[in-house]
Amino acid sequence: MNPFAAQFFSELDATALAQKGLFYLCATICLLAAAGVVASRNVIHMAVSLLFTLLGVAGLYFLLNAEFLAAVQLVIYAGGTLILIIFGVMLTSKSPLSQFQPRRWEVIVGGVTAGVLLVGIWLALKSSLPELMRTPGVTAPATGPQYPVRDLGQALLGDYLLPFELASVLLLVVMIGAAYLAKGRRRVEDAPPA
Amino acid sequence: MSMATLAAVSPQSTPTLFHLIVGQPPTVWQSLLLSVILLAVVFIPLVLMIAMFCIWWERKVAGHIQSRIGPNRVGPIGLLQSLADGIKLLSKEDLAPRDSDKFLFRLAPYVAFTPAFAAFLALPFAPLLVFEPRLNSGVFWILAILSVEIMGIILAGWASNNKWAIYGAMREACQMVSYEIPLGIAIIIGVMSAGTLNLVQLGHLQSGGLHTWIIFRNPFVSGAFLVYFIASLASNKRAPFDLPESESELVAGYHTEYSGMRFAFFFFAEYAGMFVVGGIQAALFLGGWNDPFGLMGYYFHRFASDPQAHVSGMILLNLFGFGIFTSKCLAIIFLQMWLRWTLPRPRIDQVLYTCIKVLLPAAGLLLIGASLWELFIPERDGLPWVTYQPFTLAGWEGAHGALITQTMLALLGLSFIGLIMFWAMLAISGGSKVKKRLTEAAPIP
Repeated sequence: MNPFAAQFFSELDATALAQKGLFYLCATICLLAAAGVVASRNVIHMAVSLLFTLLGVAGLYFLLNAEFLAAVQLVIYAGGTLILIIFGVMLTSKSPLSQFQPRRWEVIVGGVTAGVLLVGIWLALKSSLPELMRTPGVTAPATGPQYPVRDLGQALLGDYLLPFELASVLLLVVMIGAAYLAKGRRRVEDAPPA
Repeated sequence: MSMATLAAVSPQSTPTLFHLIVGQPPTVWQSLLLSVILLAVVFIPLVLMIAMFCIWWERKVAGHIQSRIGPNRVGPIGLLQSLADGIKLLSKEDLAPRDSDKFLFRLAPYVAFTPAFAAFLALPFAPLLVFEPRLNSGVFWILAILSVEIMGIILAGWASNNKWAIYGAMREACQMVSYEIPLGIAIIIGVMSAGTLNLVQLGHLQSGGLHTWIIFRNPFVSGAFLVYFIASLASNKRAPFDLPESESELVAGYHTEYSGMRFAFFFFAEYAGMFVVGGIQAALFLGGWNDPFGLMGYYFHRFASDPQAHVSGMILLNLFGFGIFTSKCLAIIFLQMWLRWTLPRPRIDQVLYTCIKVLLPAAGLLLIGASLWELFIPERDGLPWVTYQPFTLAGWEGAHGALITQTMLALLGLSFIGLIMFWAMLAISGGSKVKKRLTEAAPIP
């Protein structure tokens, strides 16, 4: 390596640069894919765009040293929820190329919800962003906990056991409801024709 | 497992191979460059070579199980057959059906292949031969990234706009929803016994000989390994659970419409996925890179105490570890092939029944049993060779129950493997007689 290049590289803060580059990469993927979700008319195309949005968000979690959260994101959203969405579309749609045509009122309701959310996020960011910008260690604590998974498990099954269990009760209710609906349908079909 | 014992083998406290060879830790630029070179020059060829070798091996195994010879024309014993097939596939026309969803059709092979490749980055081939040793939730990361692979397969089937392909994709989705839960629970049981999700630390924990391997820690973990193995057959789309591509009913299932290199990508994804799943089994249950006698662990800690004096020893040790880990993965892949060419294929509802009504309750029971075991039977805490000597009674104060269980289970496992090998030898010797009778016609009297 020639001395000028050596000096150039030694003066650059490689870690910060790499982090910044990766952040912008992930953020770009996220935003483009999210735009794809909104702009697309085909439900499967939306699901694929959503997959890339989720991958981008998982990448952002990785950059924040929250690798467990990134893996959870992939398992639950990319591996579970998205598959179920596509599964539902496959079972109900007539053709792979069928288009999604929202009605006027659906567009209005969606737009209003998105607008309210945007304003809410904006207000929240506006109050907390200056403080966040002033804190030097926004990216990742270098000397953080060695075993974040362990701490997460302790928190979920220790300090926050009640909310955790309440959420699981909610899921149980949903599951019982789904089982009931599925069973009711079958009983009607199995009945002998009158 | 206490945090202090694990910290002794945390990636921050062990040197990297680069550090050993060059004599100083890499700068950020060097490690970035090194990663890129490793990805391009080591990992992509490694994945492709493993996939091509396994495809050749599968055809050879299938041939021998069916009393044929298998590929034997291209190269010595047909070894270059996959390469020839690859060249053929490269030169084929890249077709997309007229009524398919062109964009998704083209995208799907990459969505299927990339996760299988990315999972390789977490596999612990040897103590220092890991692309990212700092991945604290390595096991979970591999599971997560492999679940994205399913998406590519479903997309392929859907975008083809072909009845058989869509059937294949639907079956894949059904199957995935049912096998993922027992698979996850089985992994949790293994992780619970070890106390860490980091694949490198898992390897170090099992470095004290056969009886410290996690599969022999307690009977419930052994059961969990069985559950995981069956569920992983479904996750790899391997017979008897190869419903998404069942050739006899669905032409080729989800990849019916694919030709050329895109078809090859699905094959690479399948075989790379098999290797990765075998790698989880090897790393989590079967001792990772360790040999049954604990020599790897003993020499690693001896070399690691004074790394600068044992550079060549350390490199040799890692190469040995690589060999042991890869052979374990290949043994599991061989088992999968053996099952594929032996067992008939069940119907899709039977597959779902197996996963949800048999494997899931079994996994749940094993989880309860393993939790109770962890509560009531004191286990040997610490790292073999560092905090205790695995082969002497003295290091096991307070954990004699665990020692007896582990030894018994290890002996049981050894005799089981011996039995299978004896059976296979018997079958091979009997089979050659049958083959002789079939191929050499008796003289007409």
